[in-house]
Amino acid sequence: MKNERKRTFLLITIPILALFVCFNTIPLIRGVIYSFTNFKGFGTYDWVGFRNYIDLFSDARVGKSYLFTFKLAIVTTVVVNVLSLALALALNSKIRAKSFFRGAYFLPNILGALVVGYIFNYFFTYILPAFGSMIGSESLGSSILSNPDSAWIGIMVVCAWQAVAMNTIIYISGLQTVPEDVYEAGGLDGATGWKQFRYLTFPLIIPFFSINMVLCVKNFLMVFDQIMALTKGGPAQSTESISYLIYNNGMSGGQFGFQSANAVIFFLVIVTVSVAQMKFTGKKEEQL
Amino acid sequence: MKEGMTKKTNWTAMVVLILGLSAIAFPLYMTLIIAFKQPSEMTTSVSGILSLPKTWSLDNFREAMRVTDFWNSFKNSLLITILTVVLSIIIHSLMGYALGRNKSHSKFYSFVYLFIVSGMFVPFAILMMPLAKQTAEMGLSNWFGVILLYVVFYMPMNILLYSGYLVNIPMALEEAAKVDGASTWRTYWKIIFPIMRPMHATVAVLTALSVWNDVMTPLVIMAGSEQNTLPLAQLNFQTQFGTNYNLAFASYLLSLIPILIFYLICQKQILNGVVNGAVK
Repeated sequence: MKNERKRTFLLITIPILALFVCFNTIPLIRGVIYSFTNFKGFGTYDWVGFRNYIDLFSDARVGKSYLFTFKLAIVTTVVVNVLSLALALALNSKIRAKSFFRGAYFLPNILGALVVGYIFNYFFTYILPAFGSMIGSESLGSSILSNPDSAWIGIMVVCAWQAVAMNTIIYISGLQTVPEDVYEAGGLDGATGWKQFRYLTFPLIIPFFSINMVLCVKNFLMVFDQIMALTKGGPAQSTESISYLIYNNGMSGGQFGFQSANAVIFFLVIVTVSVAQMKFTGKKEEQL
Repeated sequence: MKEGMTKKTNWTAMVVLILGLSAIAFPLYMTLIIAFKQPSEMTTSVSGILSLPKTWSLDNFREAMRVTDFWNSFKNSLLITILTVVLSIIIHSLMGYALGRNKSHSKFYSFVYLFIVSGMFVPFAILMMPLAKQTAEMGLSNWFGVILLYVVFYMPMNILLYSGYLVNIPMALEEAAKVDGASTWRTYWKIIFPIMRPMHATVAVLTALSVWNDVMTPLVIMAGSEQNTLPLAQLNFQTQFGTNYNLAFASYLLSLIPILIFYLICQKQILNGVVNGAVK
């Protein structure tokens, strides 16, 4: 009887584990191996030791893509969380047509990022400049996507437009865990408005804040579709995200080996950031 | 917030929400009207771009369907999404069960659990180049290969969800069935699998949304197969639209319609699924 159960569990686990190893672990290991070669993606290749890694740290284009990706991820995370917290508070207050509003505000999240990117691309290229010249604004007169200094703002807006929906819904479920009598008791002590939010509401929804931070940072560091749809890394390589650079130069640019090294570093960065975030937010929760 | 206590409608929040809605509605409105207009109706002024079309003709959509081979891409997207969801529910729930029931007392199972769940940290960027090579070598550069990869990619998240849910299902249920002489395999399908239904819904929603909208995996894996998914078709035909934005927008709208219909019908399940997936 006991053996039958053990055998069944093994028969389930082994094939599925094999599938996982075959399409996750082995490619990961192969990626690490390629990162020590000068492989172009085809033909023969040689071992080059750590040269790709050394080159990586002196490569201006790679450095630029890391700076851009982190700038985008940090700014978008802040913008998204401020907006979605405000929205969640509004959606959780006493309003009419609550389920309609919640449904409508979640809508952007279910749409494909690529097509949303294309739609916004048109908006930034034609409608916003037309609006700019109508109100006589110099800076809005031309497309923000064609200016290396402002193109990232366009990408930030598109990322935020979709991500706010997701974070709002998570904050709402957080706000629903706060019992009504906490506010009533707080109200007696004079905690209303901002004070109430700062000292009562926010500390109680910190776990949900952590979820949103981890989700946001990880997703925005891996940004790809929006870049593909809006700028293709341009202008002047000012909006090349790490994923886009690896895809573009690794798959078709003859830098298979070099970009594999980049991908290995990127992998380590993602792991470090995620683990650090969990440690940090974990500590904060304990204090409560 | 004072209004909240006296149970009156919070009108400040209402006004903010109604204004905010325009940020959601505007891009969609823009898509709709541009998709219906003719190139001759497009002018460079704001009012020209945003005015309603003179006639509501479906010609743009017919042409977009023809150019992008819409039905073929739609069929591929649907096939890939449905098969991935079905396989995920079967495979991930089984694995979640095997790992969830054993990881507390077996070193082997707890290692396998951690090994698979930590796959969540592996970005697609590091896998894509080796996978493009590997799937080509194995003859999997097609929709079937893409499905296999999805089943592997979503495994960490879904196993986390399933084995987390399993904690709340008492062992006594299985033991009762065992007394009746049912095998573990039979017990799973007769008792455990049906009980996990709420989690199946969550997994189905999360997996379906990610798969339906994913661009990168089919882009990297199916590039040479001349087959498209709906998002991939938008990417591949982007250059063919040229400056005919009306045709392009008709095509964008067509690719958004299926998921919009799905959302209108299953809005509640989708919202629940997304929240469950993120919070648990």
